[in-house]
Amino acid sequence: MRTHLFVNIRRAVAVTVVFIVICSFGYTLALTGIGQAFFSSQANGSLSANGSTLIGQNWALTRCPGHPLGSCVFQGRPDALGPYAPNAKNGVSGGDNPLVANGVSGGSGATNLGPRSKVLVANTRKLIAYWHARGVNPTTDLVTTSGSGLDPDITPADATAQIPMVSKATGISPTVLSKLIAKETHSAQFGFLGSSYIDVLQLNEALAKIK
Amino acid sequence: MGLTLTIVALVAVLAVAWRFLGSYMAAVYEGRSRFLRFVERPIYAAIGVDPEVEQSWQRYAASLIVFTGVVLLIGYVLLRLQGSLPLNPQHLPGVTPALSWNTIVSFVTNTNWQAYAGESTMSYMSQMGTLVLQNFLSASVGIAVAVALIRGFSRKGSKTIGNFWVDLVRGCLYILLPIAFVAGIIFIAQGAIQTLSGPATVTDTLNGVKQVIARGPVASQEVIKQFGTNGGGFFNANSAHPFENPTGLTNFLSIALLLAIPVALTYTFGKMVGSIRQGATILAAMVIIFGSWLSIATVAEHQANPAVAAAGLTAQPTGNMVGKEVRFGDTSSALFGVASTQTSTGSANSAYDSFTPMGGFALLTGMMIGEVTPGGVGSGLYTVLLFAIITVFLGGLMIGRTPEYLGKKIQAREVKLAALGVLVMPVVVLIITGIAAAIHAGRAGPLNSGPHGFSEILYAFTSAGNNNGSAFGGLSANTAFYNVMTSVAMLLGRFGIMVPVLALAGALAAKEVVAESLGTFRTDKPIFIGLLIGVILIVGALTFFPAVSLGPVIEALSHGKFF
Repeated sequence: MRTHLFVNIRRAVAVTVVFIVICSFGYTLALTGIGQAFFSSQANGSLSANGSTLIGQNWALTRCPGHPLGSCVFQGRPDALGPYAPNAKNGVSGGDNPLVANGVSGGSGATNLGPRSKVLVANTRKLIAYWHARGVNPTTDLVTTSGSGLDPDITPADATAQIPMVSKATGISPTVLSKLIAKETHSAQFGFLGSSYIDVLQLNEALAKIK
Repeated sequence: MGLTLTIVALVAVLAVAWRFLGSYMAAVYEGRSRFLRFVERPIYAAIGVDPEVEQSWQRYAASLIVFTGVVLLIGYVLLRLQGSLPLNPQHLPGVTPALSWNTIVSFVTNTNWQAYAGESTMSYMSQMGTLVLQNFLSASVGIAVAVALIRGFSRKGSKTIGNFWVDLVRGCLYILLPIAFVAGIIFIAQGAIQTLSGPATVTDTLNGVKQVIARGPVASQEVIKQFGTNGGGFFNANSAHPFENPTGLTNFLSIALLLAIPVALTYTFGKMVGSIRQGATILAAMVIIFGSWLSIATVAEHQANPAVAAAGLTAQPTGNMVGKEVRFGDTSSALFGVASTQTSTGSANSAYDSFTPMGGFALLTGMMIGEVTPGGVGSGLYTVLLFAIITVFLGGLMIGRTPEYLGKKIQAREVKLAALGVLVMPVVVLIITGIAAAIHAGRAGPLNSGPHGFSEILYAFTSAGNNNGSAFGGLSANTAFYNVMTSVAMLLGRFGIMVPVLALAGALAAKEVVAESLGTFRTDKPIFIGLLIGVILIVGALTFFPAVSLGPVIEALSHGKFF
């Protein structure tokens, strides 16, 4: 019996070492090599000059001379807005911080407020008031936080709802903004996987070009 | 529309997996597929195993237990020493003792309960060297035990049920690695990151925002996390994080990957016992339960969130979007949730804690029925076969005859072992939930108040006891109490079932086959599907009804009340 125990321990250690080599390093490094060689942009985080198209940013503090903060751009999900701002106290934000998303310390994440949470009711009221103050009749996504706290996307309806605000602050006509939204809309993949969406960073980059 | 087409596509993909992955797995575990012999042979030489020598169930179980002990120890040490190991660009310190223990137990038991926030706790070395490794090994162990049980049915008068080491190695090499590798490439092409460079710092000139974006070798971990029904994410947000699950396609593939092996194993089972119909019967029961739960969850999540409605936004045409990502939407998130909770994967592309009361009910009860619809890799099949044995036993009681299953007489020993395996999980879950609700350290955990707070505790231990790993994420799980108690639930929920299953495999393998007669209760007919579904649901409902009433049921009935 004892000898069997020792034999098994030796086998367990050996098999672990073998698979650390194959599965941990061989597999991960091979995929890293392929990713870096053939899909370098995606493998490194889809980064462009202004950030990653996959990681949401806080647009609510964008300076808009003569107009309220954040009214001259399209805004994303309120993951870092108002009640959910990582450092709402001092008023300066590090943006939609990937390491303090939705107030989760040290990581991405959701608010995890339940469907009958008083806190969620109060927070949503604040967000609805925020949008009303900017002349926007908010859609669901504009007053609800995402699962990752970093949602980079909004729906075409969410963008359309913001047209009055953006038009007023930039002087660009609503028709032009509607066309811009239509142009930046990605339909669901293959027409049915997931929802149609707009990448807020791409939309604002396109907006900056016509400003 | 989108949901219907998604389900049609999913059924098509899984049908292919069922037929071809299923027969391939049978070929692998029967030793007929041997094209990787040149890799296998040196591995067997290195670990000192003769692949031709088989083990009794006791030897098989002893190898499994010792192996588990050793990988627990190695993993624990690697996590504790993280600070001194390479591949740590963020210079993260060693993981604390309680969290290291909880994490390694959760990965070794195929639970992948996430008490840690990946991006700020785990170095690349820990993610690759410990978490990815256990994603492969724990999945392979699960399949091995299921195959050992199948051999119990398919063999006659046999003293052995296979060789644990050979099954372990073959599962990784032939099944998990190649498919994960191909899927990994698709994930990277879609935008899942795969880099060893540290975090990226970016400044957006449009809004002056400065971000530090955590990165790492994500895609490789992502695909095996789904394919092995593990579920532990690279990032805290798991599959909701755009770097883990960037598009509608990766979301679809995630769901297909996590269902593939559990579904295909029913074909493997049928093939190895000599009747595909027997496997199809089991699958039919799984599909019917899964489909019912899916309808509850998708309908529930397409409703308005009550708290958001109470705040003034009553029209929510896109459904409950609290904690969900725009690129997936409400029903895809519900589909992901049901697939993830009923396969013991536990990955999440949305915040399950923020699901509507009935949506949360569907996720929670989907785990409570024992992770058999279709359940985790291997664990789903061996657990559902325990239910099948109880079903033929009940059938036998009704007609007053010694029950048989697949030609094997089901006698007192088999029924006892099956009942033990089925009852371990509810006993563990309910007792520990009771303890947590009774003492201060347990009650300190929940984020939400009222019945939802209790649901968070109940969900945590249900998830741990079923080796699922998903969470109502508001619970503060990284405390001494929860780290220790969930690890106890995970270990009992895994090995408290595996050991009886192996004993059962040994007992069955030793039996001779009895000839089918007119009085034999047919287990490949719709009546058996109905009985099996009945047994699964009745056992789940009898054990968990009171607990569920105190959580999601009260919450669903509290119209207009907020806590």
